This record gives sequence, structure tokens and C-alpha cells, in this order.
Amino acid sequence: MAGLSSNLLFIAFILYLVSILFYGGSIKEKRANQGKRETNKWGKIAVSLTIIGFIAQLGYFITRWIAAKHAPVSNMFEFTTFFGMALVGAFIVIYFIYRTTLLGLFTMPVAILIIAYASMFPREITPLIPALQSYWLHIHVTTAAIGEAILAISFAAGLIYLVKGIDQSTRSKKTFWLEVIMFSLVAVLGFVAVSSIFSAADYHEEFSWVDKHDNEATLDYSMPALIGPHEGQLLTEGGLNPLVSVPAFINAKKLNTVVWSLIGGIVLYVIIRLVLRKRISAALQPLVKNIKLDFVDEISYRSVLIGFPVFTLGALIFAMIWAHMAWSRFWGWDPKEVWALITWLFYAAFLHLRLSKGWHGEKSAWLAVVGFVIIMFNLVAVNLVIAGLHSYAGS
Amino acid sequence: MEQVKCECGHVNPHGTVLCEACGKVLDEQEEKKSQLLDMRYEGSARRSQTYNKTIVDKIWNFFSSVKVGVWLIVLTLIASILGTILPQEMYINLPPEVYYEQEYGWFGKMYYQLGFHDLYGSWWYLLLIAMIGVSLVICSLDRVIPLYKALKAQRVTRNEGFLKRQRVFGTTSNFSDHDLKLVKEHLKAKRYQIREENGDLLAEKGRFSRWGPYVNHIGLIIFLFGGMLRFIPGMYVNEDLWVREGETALVPETGEQFYLKNNQFILQTYDKNKDKTFEEAIERAGQVVKNYQSNVELYQKKSESLPGEEPKLEKVKEYKVRVNHPLTFDGYSIFQSSYRSELNSMTFSLTNKQTNQSVGDLTISLVNPKSHYDLGNGYSVEIIEYFPDFEFDKNKEPSTKSRVPNNPAFVFRMISPEKPEGETSFVAIKQTIEPFGENTYKMSFKGIETKNVSGFTVRKDSSLWAIILGGIIFMIGVVQGAYWNHRRIWIQRKNGQVWIAAHTNKNWYGLKQEIEACIENTELNIPVDQLQAEKEEQEGA
Ligand code: HEM
Repeated sequence: MAGLSSNLLFIAFILYLVSILFYGGSIKEKRANQGKRETNKWGKIAVSLTIIGFIAQLGYFITRWIAAKHAPVSNMFEFTTFFGMALVGAFIVIYFIYRTTLLGLFTMPVAILIIAYASMFPREITPLIPALQSYWLHIHVTTAAIGEAILAISFAAGLIYLVKGIDQSTRSKKTFWLEVIMFSLVAVLGFVAVSSIFSAADYHEEFSWVDKHDNEATLDYSMPALIGPHEGQLLTEGGLNPLVSVPAFINAKKLNTVVWSLIGGIVLYVIIRLVLRKRISAALQPLVKNIKLDFVDEISYRSVLIGFPVFTLGALIFAMIWAHMAWSRFWGWDPKEVWALITWLFYAAFLHLRLSKGWHGEKSAWLAVVGFVIIMFNLVAVNLVIAGLHSYAGS
Repeated sequence: MEQVKCECGHVNPHGTVLCEACGKVLDEQEEKKSQLLDMRYEGSARRSQTYNKTIVDKIWNFFSSVKVGVWLIVLTLIASILGTILPQEMYINLPPEVYYEQEYGWFGKMYYQLGFHDLYGSWWYLLLIAMIGVSLVICSLDRVIPLYKALKAQRVTRNEGFLKRQRVFGTTSNFSDHDLKLVKEHLKAKRYQIREENGDLLAEKGRFSRWGPYVNHIGLIIFLFGGMLRFIPGMYVNEDLWVREGETALVPETGEQFYLKNNQFILQTYDKNKDKTFEEAIERAGQVVKNYQSNVELYQKKSESLPGEEPKLEKVKEYKVRVNHPLTFDGYSIFQSSYRSELNSMTFSLTNKQTNQSVGDLTISLVNPKSHYDLGNGYSVEIIEYFPDFEFDKNKEPSTKSRVPNNPAFVFRMISPEKPEGETSFVAIKQTIEPFGENTYKMSFKGIETKNVSGFTVRKDSSLWAIILGGIIFMIGVVQGAYWNHRRIWIQRKNGQVWIAAHTNKNWYGLKQEIEACIENTELNIPVDQLQAEKEEQEGA
């Protein structure tokens, strides 16, 4: 069952990848839609591939559930993959409301990156510790992820808005920040590439080091150490001696991974720039020339409107019910909880600014981007850096 | 209070911008602007827009402003972020004045000194939340009543200026009555409610969604109110309770009514040979806990007992308390929250040091030791002093830190036929002192027995109903406001033409699609989105 499950996920991943080509094709075609309820042949194939991929991934989810006897949303790999799946699902729903394949061209790469990122974490099926043995947990996590995924669609739409709306002919603060977003996406790819390479090479080196309580310990790196641990001694022969070492309260191993991902990201980005000979966002601009700004603006807003209640229900209300059962209090100011609150407050502010202050169009698009950054921060940084009760045992 | 009478005959309250009935622009300043109408709150007379004299007016206006509301939300957001940089006080296990500096150096010290270690309990954080609450009440009152009145008073036939200055507007000169009938049918099919007057038509749907924000704000207010209730003594109980296996303890804060007996504490871990699916993961993690459980019995006091007398208890129920499965009774919940293992008894044997021969064993309960142990044949042991949690105090005297047997130590007197007056020995873990010279006998350590102690959390939360009610109302309101929208389409005869104007509170694209679908197969012209036309003109220029 577990084997079948992984295969289905792999199939879904490939289908998503292929679908991007067809989304690209559907935009290139002359009759590309202008918000008209008609999709050309390329587009139809793209959406079909996406749907088949989604069904395959659903198959992964169900078979893994059967194998593990609990919903597979209980570690970093499972949760992040589920988030990727929810993003594809949310796209399919929004697609059938607005029928624009351009949205797929921007959403699918994000979903693929997320699933690829997820696969860098330990993939084995984990047993549940007592606090996690609750169906409320599964309801909470899945609903929250679906809510976040719908909100993420507003990011994709916001990105389209910015790519189209921002003047690329001169350098400005706006072009800079848009390019920062593009670079961040490339950096995720960098992380995936670097992790895959070292893991394929089965790279390991071991250090003895001194932790912040002055205890000697050993630490196993799976990437060459550019950043070494506090008073680290390389134990592995032929391993890389670190360039710098950091104080004990900084997690050197994680920092090292971040540095490698950035290096990978920068290398990839430079290559892309050399090929394109302009900013990534400038290169994407021709793809979006047929879409109307107020149309993507509405898609972006609509996804927030649909996603906000789902997010509230999943990430706050169901979370409180579960926390009430598992930890005897419905709210405990754990970092993960607080970040869910922050996300919620942010989107509340977004809705108010839009409704009452008339923050439509570009401002709203930037807000959609910031919202996604907060969601990603909660998913990645809060789980891995700010350790709390929710912290999955990631590495 | 002065009122404004519109030319259509409707009397509007002071401060009205657009006539509630026909939509004519009453406010001269607004009249002069030639662009689209500001349709927010229907141009109704809001207190905050009308009065600004007294202090009450000023406070009212401050809190009813969405700008202020958004600022409050953003400030709360930023403050909340600050609290996640370092762990909060409740998640650390050292005194905060030590912890922050020790773990995070100068930054930690500063964090602690700024009071960020207890950020969410700080007065200013609570003040921010309270201000959001006040703002919610005032801004909702400021808008909901005038909005309600205006929507209720609206008439079908509208003022020309009102229609022309709607965002979606268009005219048609050549049309037939058949066209109008067809449109009406289409509108009906799309679940519009249709009202007609003098050949004019108003199609409206989803008006109830306009109340969504106010409903959700009420939910939030009730929720915040529930949070406030906790500060009332007795509304909220949250106590730790440790019960050793086999013992019965009074459940705190129940008015000495309930007692909990802990029969057994069980800790189970996953077995990688049995749970094959998890084999890899268990190998990576070493050991994974599967279950924490205390098998308990709950007792209730039957009758009043005299002080000092054992209370008479009656069994209420048996339960297996596990994580996620609390025992509940009478508004209280008892949660499995932790456990520890305590020393329960120690076994020694009285041994002749020379021959190494034992003359008998004794097992000493560490919770309730006897003072005298008779081993027969003239051998016995007395406990002169017992230190459950032994340490040397400031004066280098033996003493005990607590009553928990973490580090037991004894002063024994060993009586034997050879030494009928007894020999004194001080025995602690890995340590024996013979204060009065060399003894013939010793207490040699044979073993210890431990017992589990279950840690429970006893909780009663009488504010929960408000939290739950608030949550439900919030969800209803937010769905109501987000999943529906309020659309109106006016189709009216003016100057021999048909004018179509439309308004929605959100999702204009959807509205335009719907209008297009409704006037399909008729001679009527598709109305124009004037805002977009304007923008395109600018973009083109
Ligand atoms: C965390 C707190 C709050 C939440 C979650 C919240 C939620 C909402 C939501 C979901 C809407 C509907 C927005 C839409 O449909 O686009 C709304 C509307 C609104 N909120 Fe809030 N709100 C909060 C605080 C406030 C505060 C403090 C104010 C005070 C100024 C305020 C004033 C308003 C107003 C005036 C509307 C628009 C009503 C309308 O135009 O019909 N809100 N709120």
C-alpha cells in the first residue's frame, strides 16, 4: 500500500509538470481567452491533466491513509504535500468559476515547488504521539491547509496582476520587489536541487561540538559544512572543514542548509538571467498581455473571500477545539497558534482595506503576496525554526 | 434635529448624502463632483459623519473609523509577532530572570526587561484587544442602523442622477416591451427579487449578505466577552493535580466534593516489530510514545464529615483518562497532562560487616515509613530520622528540600544481640556515615521500588459557552458576507429610453456577466462599466 501510494504521488507530480507546458501553450494561442468563458484545446488538455493529476494525488492520500491508519497530515512531508494538493484543488475550483488557464500557468509551478520541497523531508510513515491521536487534529489540519491553499490562489492572481501591471521598462522599487518574489521561488528550487544532489551522493560528515549547555555532542551533516557548529571538530575523513563556525545558540546545521539553498538559488537565477537577458518578471510579461487587470484583481479578491472563512474555521476554530481536547486549553499562545492568528489578522486587515479604503488593484495584489509570505513563514520557519508544541520533528 | 426633505417627498435624517428613497444627491459637496457616486452604506446618515462637537462625538468618530480599526488590527499583528521571537514565560522551565539571559545573551535579557516574556498577558496587549472590541461595537452601530433604514426605504424609481452615476450604466433607445419582459424572466430565473413601479423595475438579490459583517462582528464581541469572563474568580479553574498510583486525592477547586483515585498509570510505546508500518520512523526517532493513560475512579463525598474525620466517599465512575480523552463531570474536566516516576520503597538488609551475613531484610515505605522494624531473634532497626529529599542546608546540617522522596536518607539505629543499645548509621544514596565510630552491622542496600505518579490538569471553564457561541456567530456572519453579495439592477424608463444601472457591494465582474446573460437575445445595449472605461481611457492616454 505504501509503495502504491508513493507511485501515485510521483505520477501526480509528473502530470502537474506536463500540464504546465499545455498551460503555456494555451496562452500562446491567438484565441487566448480574455475572460471569455471559452478555453482552447491546449487549455482543455492542461486542465484535464491537472484534474487527473489531482485524482492521482488523492489516490496517494487515500492509500497512505489506509497504510498508516491515520490521515497522512502528521509530519512535515505529509502536511506540505497535502498543502500542495489543496492548492491544485483550489485552483481547479477557481478555474471553474473564472475559466482562465493563465491562473494555472502561475499556480501549478507554485504547487510543484511545494510538493518538491515536501519531498526533501523524511518520507516514512510516522506513528502518532498521543496528542496527535484525535480526529479533530485531522479535521483541523486539513481544513486549515485547504483555507491556506485558497488564499494562496489569491497570491497567484496577485502575481499575474503585478507581472502585467508593473512597468518593466525602468528599474524601480516595484520591479525590485517583484523580482525578489521570483528569486524566492527560484531559491526553493535551489534548495530542492542541492538537497537532491547531496542526498543522491549520500553525503555525510560528522562533527563533535559543544552545545549551549557546554555538553559535548556529535552532529551529522548531510551537506558539506560551510557553516560549522560551535567548537566543531570534523570527525569524518575527507569531509569539508567549515569556513566559519557559529555560536552555540544558532542551529548551524539548518543555517548551513539555508546557505546552500541560497547558493543553489543564486546559481540557478544567474543562469536564468543569462538565458533570458532580462528580469524574470519582464520575461513573463508577454504571457499575461491578454488578461484584463480588473479581472485578475477580482479573482485575487474572490479567493480571499472564499478562503478566509475556511481558514478561520480550520486554523482557528477547529484548532481551538482540538487544543481544548489535547492540551486542556483552547488557546495557549504557542508560536504556531499565534502565527495562525497573525495570518487571520492580516487577511482581516486586507478585507477592511479593500472594502473601506478602496485598496484595489496593485495595492491589493501586493497584500495578496504578503499574505502568502506569512502563510509560508508559518509553514516553514515556524515549524523548523521557532520550535513549539506543534513543531514537527523536521531536520 | 433638522431633517432633509427630498424632492421625491421622502424625509431623510440629518446628514443623509443620498436620498434613502430615490437616491438623489442631497449633499451639495457630493453633488458638485461629477464622477461616480460613493455608494458605501448607501450614502446614509452616519453619526460619525454628521457630528463632531462634543468629546463623545470625537471618541465615537475615532472608534468608528475603519482606518483606526485597521491600525488596531495591524498593531496587534505586529505585537503578536514580537511574542513569537523567543519562547514565552509559560513554555520555559527556569525562572525568567535567569532563563532569557542564559539562553539568548544580551538579546534575551533585553527581551525580558521589555516584558516581552509575557507579552500576551501584558496590559498593553490586552488594551489593544479591548480597543478592537470597542471599535467593533461602535463602528458596527454607526453603520448598521442607517444602512438598514436606507435599504428599507429605497424605492423602485430612482433619481436620474443616481442612475447615471452608478458604476455600471447604459441606455437603449430602440427596444420593445417584449425585450423588457424577457429580461424580467431571465432575472427571475437568476433568483432576483423583482419590484415594479410605474413601469420601472428593481431587481435585487442577496441583501442579507450586507448584514454579514455586522453579524460576524457581533460574534467577535461575544467571543471577546467570553475571554473577559475568565478574569472573574471562579469562572475559570486550571489546576495541576498529582496522584500516585493507588492513592486518592482531593480534586482542587471542587469545594472538597470530588476525589480522584489513581489505580494505575500506563505508558505504552510503539513496538517496531508489531507496528511494521512505522518501523523506519521508529528507528529514526528511537522511541515513540503511543499512549499515556491513568485508570482512575472518581468519588464524591457523601456526607459532611467532622474536621479530621475521613470523609465518606461514594464511587461516581471509573474512567481511563488518556490524552485527548479527558474525564468530565459536573462542569469539570480532568486531563492527562504528564507523569513522573517516584521512589516508593527501599529494601535493605541488616548485615554483619565482618561475616557479610544477612540477618534479615526490611522494606521501608518512603511515603509512610514505620519507625521500628523487628527482624526477630533480637535484631531490629529503628528509624531515628528520615529525610525524603535530602540535602545539607546552609549550616551543613542534614535537612530535606521537600516531602517528595527524590533523594531519601535515613538515620538508623541497628539493634542486635551483640549491641543491644544499638549502633547509629546515617545512610543516603551511595553514602554511609557512621558518626559514632566503627559499627559491627551495616544496612546494605538491596533495591528500590518505584511508583508512577500521574499528572492531571483539572479544568473548569464557565466562559466556554460564550466562546462557542461567538465562534458560531462569527462563522455564520463571515460566510454570509463572503459567499453571497448584494446585487441590484435598475431597469427604468427615462426620457423615452430604457436605462440600466447596477450596483453590487463586491465582485463586479460576476455582476457584469450576469447582466450580459440576462439581456441576451434582446435589443438592449450592454451597460458599461464606467470605472473601467475611465481607467482604460487613462491607460490609453
Ligand atoms: C479582528 C477583527 C475583525 C475581523 C475579523 C473583522 C471581519 C470583518 C469581515 C470579514 C468583514 C467583511 C469584509 C468583506 O466582506 O469584504 C468586515 C467588514 C467590516 N468591518 Fe470588520 N472585522 C474586524 C474588526 C473590525 C474593526 C476593529 C472595525 C472598526 C473600525 C471593523 C469595521 C468593519 C466595517 C466598517 C466593515 C464593512 C461593513 C460594510 O461595509 O458593510 N472591523 N469585518
